[in-house]
Amino acid sequence: MDSTLMKRIKLSKSSYLMIAPYFILFFLFTVLPVVMSIFFSFTYYNMLEMPKFVGWKNYVKLFLEDDVFLTSLRNTLLLAVITGPVSYFLCLLFAWIINEFKGWLRAFLTLIFYAPSICGNAYVVWNLILSGDRYGYLNGLLLKLGILDEAIVWMKTEKYVLPMLVIVQLWLSLGTGFLAFIAGLQTIDKTLYEAGALDGVKNRWQELWYITLPAMKPQLMFGAVMQITQSFAIADVSLQLAGNPSVNYAGATVVTHLLDYGTVRFEMGYASAIATVLFLLMVGSNKLVQKLLGRVGE
Amino acid sequence: MKAIKLFRVKREKRLNRSMAGNTLLFLLMIACGLAMILPLVMVVNNCLKPLDELFQYPPKIFVRNPTLENFSDLFRLMNDSWVPFSRYILNTILITGGGMLGHVIIASLAAYPLAKHRFPGKDTLFRMVVLSMMFSWTVTQIPQYVIISWLHINNTYMALILPACSFGMGLYLMKQFMEQLPDSLMESARLDGANEWQVFWQIVMPNVKPAWLTLAIFQFQQMWGNTGSTFLRDEELKPLQYALFQISAGGAARAGAAAAVTFIIAAVPITFFLICQKNVLETMTTSGIKE
Repeated sequence: MDSTLMKRIKLSKSSYLMIAPYFILFFLFTVLPVVMSIFFSFTYYNMLEMPKFVGWKNYVKLFLEDDVFLTSLRNTLLLAVITGPVSYFLCLLFAWIINEFKGWLRAFLTLIFYAPSICGNAYVVWNLILSGDRYGYLNGLLLKLGILDEAIVWMKTEKYVLPMLVIVQLWLSLGTGFLAFIAGLQTIDKTLYEAGALDGVKNRWQELWYITLPAMKPQLMFGAVMQITQSFAIADVSLQLAGNPSVNYAGATVVTHLLDYGTVRFEMGYASAIATVLFLLMVGSNKLVQKLLGRVGE
Repeated sequence: MKAIKLFRVKREKRLNRSMAGNTLLFLLMIACGLAMILPLVMVVNNCLKPLDELFQYPPKIFVRNPTLENFSDLFRLMNDSWVPFSRYILNTILITGGGMLGHVIIASLAAYPLAKHRFPGKDTLFRMVVLSMMFSWTVTQIPQYVIISWLHINNTYMALILPACSFGMGLYLMKQFMEQLPDSLMESARLDGANEWQVFWQIVMPNVKPAWLTLAIFQFQQMWGNTGSTFLRDEELKPLQYALFQISAGGAARAGAAAAVTFIIAAVPITFFLICQKNVLETMTTSGIKE
């Protein structure tokens, strides 16, 4: 058994040579830090003194004593379950529509939809729209239409915080997955469509389900993983629009909580425990999503 | 006129398309596009606003008396800088270029065997890459800092470039695209006597051009946005992004220059984006329908 494994390793020398540069860096700068962080999650570590081993204490505190964590976990799950699938669907839809265009027109259309991810002022725009006085664009509009009698302080009113975060997050969603889908649509073998037409594919919707989607399954998988990593890590939008701490923690998410401990209170052990819980959450949902995607085109 | 012609050509060439469906999707695009273009419109209008319009409250979206004063302000401030501004630009070119090219090449090189070869450990390695993307970056920063100091590459370009080369996303993206290539493509090249290195450069990479152009966009944005302040101490090593932030953080008196900075910070990646996207498309016109 062992000797055949050695033989196979020797035979694959060229493969190992090709992956070596990447994986050396990957182990150094990605794997090692992750392993160290998981180790820190079992310690008390304030970044000044050496970490002190405390066993499961951080995790016990997280689930039994930390009310804010439970609120933020609930918010994160809610945000992920709503924005995750909808964002994913929007990325696919718009990539698919843009694929019908050509040349510079197409490049510009892609830019328009990708603009929130590249312009760097997305939150400035939304802070203007959601501004709490009557000069905020949303308040102004609703007052003019007579829907409101007085301005609403949107991001400081508990019941509006999460819905607004959902809207802004959806608006921001055409990012990594969107561009990957656009590229994926380009690599589909065009003869598949002609063959499909002969086999009785009649309209664009059938073409999408029976030909396009199955042909870009690898990209769909990639998009799903990116979507999971983004949806569960929602934080910036909340920090920028709702602030931290947000009103009665209505906008708190797991990552805002993590940032609070990691970068404000310097409790790295506790922050690492939060990161580890979040990691397990993402791994679990990834398993589920990959299973669902296996059914595309059936 | 041009748009109409484009539309007609497509209708003739494309299978399975109806006029009603085209119109419906087109209207949907316009409606959504208007909501998405707002940040772009604001960046452009703000940098052209004279100071009194920038301070107007409530702010108006469109500029009334466009001026280039903000840019001349910015250039004046750049000239006053302690380190010559060209040095910041050089730093940015090296950091952004190095991090982008390095990652695209190294990740593609590793993605090819993972997608198309069979060797022990392949699945485990790939799974690790995917899982690595799910661990919060905020927490791993501290150990990463420790490792970078330990390697003695602190305060060098490499402190920014090497970690950027190890991102998981690029490898995952490239591997997914390479997986789709038919094995026969590589097999025939091997029969012609090409070694794996040649197969990679001459067969695999040209066929996944949309993938690496897309990855280049992501990586460019990532590197361009990096101020490098965690790892770079020497002023002479810092990138443009850092210098521009220093200028725009100068308070209300610099609001005009700050608006120009916002424009430049957005305009460079947008230009890069458009060039790459245009080429993503050209892959289709050469490999698919010809006009």
